[in-house]
Amino acid sequence: MKRRDSLKALTLGTLGVTTLLQSCDTDTKKTESTSPETTFNYDRHPFEKQRDEKLLAEKFFDEHEMKTITVLGDIIIPKDEVSGNASEAGVPAFIEFIVKDKPYYQLPMRGGLKWLDMQCLKQFNSAFVDCSAQQQIAMVDQIAYPEQAKPEMHQGVAFFNIMRDLTTTGFFTSAIGIKDIGYMGNKPNQWDGVPKEVLDEMGLAYDEKTLRESVKFDS
Amino acid sequence: MPDLQIKKSSKQYDVCIVGSGAGGGMAAYVLTQAGLKVLVLEAGPWYDPAKNVTQLKWPFDSPRRGASTQFRPFGDFDAAYGGWEIEGEPYTQVNSPGSKFDWFRSRMLGGRTNHWGRISLRFGPKDFKGKSNDGLGEDWPISYDDIAPYYDKVDDLIGVFGTKEGLPNDPDSKFLPPPKPRLHELLIKQAATSAGVTVIPSRLSILTKKINDDRGSCFFCAQCSRGCTVYGDFSASSCLIKPAVKTDNLEVVNNAMVREVLTNANGLATGVSYVSKDDMQEYQVSAKVVVLAASACESARLLLNSKSSAHPNGLANSSNVVGKYLHDSTGVGMGGILPKLFNRKRYNEDGVGGIHVYSPWWLDNKKLDFPRGYHIEYWGGMGMPSYGFGFGVQNYNGKFPDRNGNMKPAGGYGASLKDDHRYFFGSAFGMDGRGEAIPREDNYCEIDPNVVDKFGIPVLRFHYKWSDYEIKQAKHMQETFQEIIHKMGATLTYGVAGPETNYGLATPGRIIHEVGTVRMGSDKKRSALNKFNQAHDCKNLFVVDGGAFVSQADKNPTWTILALSWRASEYIVDQIKQQNL
Repeated sequence: MKRRDSLKALTLGTLGVTTLLQSCDTDTKKTESTSPETTFNYDRHPFEKQRDEKLLAEKFFDEHEMKTITVLGDIIIPKDEVSGNASEAGVPAFIEFIVKDKPYYQLPMRGGLKWLDMQCLKQFNSAFVDCSAQQQIAMVDQIAYPEQAKPEMHQGVAFFNIMRDLTTTGFFTSAIGIKDIGYMGNKPNQWDGVPKEVLDEMGLAYDEKTLRESVKFDS
Repeated sequence: MPDLQIKKSSKQYDVCIVGSGAGGGMAAYVLTQAGLKVLVLEAGPWYDPAKNVTQLKWPFDSPRRGASTQFRPFGDFDAAYGGWEIEGEPYTQVNSPGSKFDWFRSRMLGGRTNHWGRISLRFGPKDFKGKSNDGLGEDWPISYDDIAPYYDKVDDLIGVFGTKEGLPNDPDSKFLPPPKPRLHELLIKQAATSAGVTVIPSRLSILTKKINDDRGSCFFCAQCSRGCTVYGDFSASSCLIKPAVKTDNLEVVNNAMVREVLTNANGLATGVSYVSKDDMQEYQVSAKVVVLAASACESARLLLNSKSSAHPNGLANSSNVVGKYLHDSTGVGMGGILPKLFNRKRYNEDGVGGIHVYSPWWLDNKKLDFPRGYHIEYWGGMGMPSYGFGFGVQNYNGKFPDRNGNMKPAGGYGASLKDDHRYFFGSAFGMDGRGEAIPREDNYCEIDPNVVDKFGIPVLRFHYKWSDYEIKQAKHMQETFQEIIHKMGATLTYGVAGPETNYGLATPGRIIHEVGTVRMGSDKKRSALNKFNQAHDCKNLFVVDGGAFVSQADKNPTWTILALSWRASEYIVDQIKQQNL
């Protein structure tokens, strides 16, 4: 909490933290007067809700960082014939939230994004987002394969591993991603065993004891 | 200076119970059914899984996609509030190399019955007579035959599925029918069986059939850990406290953090004092009988903090055993990826909230270099993606050809990475050993002389080290798990560990089966309670949580806590009738 405040204070130079928090409050009230406050459709304690609302109202990444995360995320999970890309699935917003929720991501993410820009500046004379698509891929290729990366790229590899983890998780836990992966559960049903064709394909069968003893359904 | 005064209630209850988990919930159920006026003090809030719902939510309903938080270490949707660290309620460690205990607390109605895999195993005849079998630890003052009728009652009241197997030390319950094994469970069973490891249907307190009109039957969403809106699984809140409230004989005070048990000049318990978390005021209530069920360590803490001239060493502690013989189950986990399951056909295989098969201990320790056994739990399948899904893909996607038969460098990005996740989905699995530790006097919790919590209550300080017995058992788990995984034709991804980390043995407290701190026994110099969970030193004080255990067995403790609490509660009713209490 204090760390985040001090980060904010740093970004804002001499402007006091208190002023900032107060102005944030008023801003939120003004801009969100038509929309309801954050709602959770699952059980939350007041202190959990309070903490989540506070995190949601805060901003960690600046505009440039968010833009970089968005471009990089869509390179990691692009649109294909099955589903959309990371940004369509809301991954950048998830990453913004999770680094506030789990502050141990903050330094490696912020530092990694900076590292990426400095590498791009060295190699292509531009920040990552201002590089051509071709240059961006050329950069990513140097850090996306841990076993092949050159030693001087290893800090980039470490960053990309985190970025890939968060992007992947953010994507496949979204509505788009869950549909893509083909998860069929999370609804009331009657579990009556592995489908026969799957058992056949695996050369398996339920033995008689199992069939006799297991729960049977009326329908 | 605020006006500091203690609010005393003029009402006298028949019984005051501290804690509403398995032990306290069962005591409340039995005592109120018998017509006694009962007060339950619970340190956390009210909880009703039908109202405090996280079941059937999607990961994207949570901004952290179900990740754990400081309030819910098992994930944002987990029913249990609490964890190993609770703000303002510290515990400390004795400064001794290699000693550590992590204490999990769930402050809420139903306690830790809101967090577990519903694995509901009876202890077997050998489990009550450890010392007679191998000379280690201590025998219980009761035998399997003493507790068996209460296991039967628990089965009937709460419901447990499983199969009659007739195993000598894993007694059968009165079972509901089990669900059929999932695909990975069939494959594990095949491999484990060929390695000589027994695999049988699991025994979980989940209703595969409806047993009464108060509770619905399982609808197979695999989410027992989130609490069940139709009460299709066991939690003390829904199955015990709720019916107890209906008798009109029960009052529950929530957010009541008990400070100590009060005693009179004769050394008898007169009630308890507690601080309310709602108004931070101090309260005292009086009762004819006090029942502690605050969890093994919390009950020990309460007793040690209840010093008086009649009980100078803490209440029920003339034997000096309170806090000692603390032991948790051993735990080792290992897992892998099964290429046979790549590119799986999709179907809903959620099943019940936990294992459909497991391995009860299958060997004879006389032929082994460690004394007690362990059971194995298995996981896997096409579960709902949650925070953490796809993490560390660079550790495995370079090891297998993709769906087109091409080997690719580890890691990567783009359409090919996206497809890797579809291809690998549902191919990971793992297993966890849960074994019996030998209770030792020098594994203990005690009152830290220097530290109090935010309520001013002195906190616990822990000392716990694994001995060679547990370490050798962990080594055996390593060998067994590797053999099973090898026979499956799978690739190991995690869990292999050597002597430098005690073969992957989990830190004591991490398996959340800790027991033994207020143990029962027939010798009052070497135990705190008699065979009816009644304090040797104070006849109207009972402890009905895991603290009363003499030894933990290679089972999960809940079913035995329930049975013992039922038995102790019947004894209380009987003793009150006879005017002995």
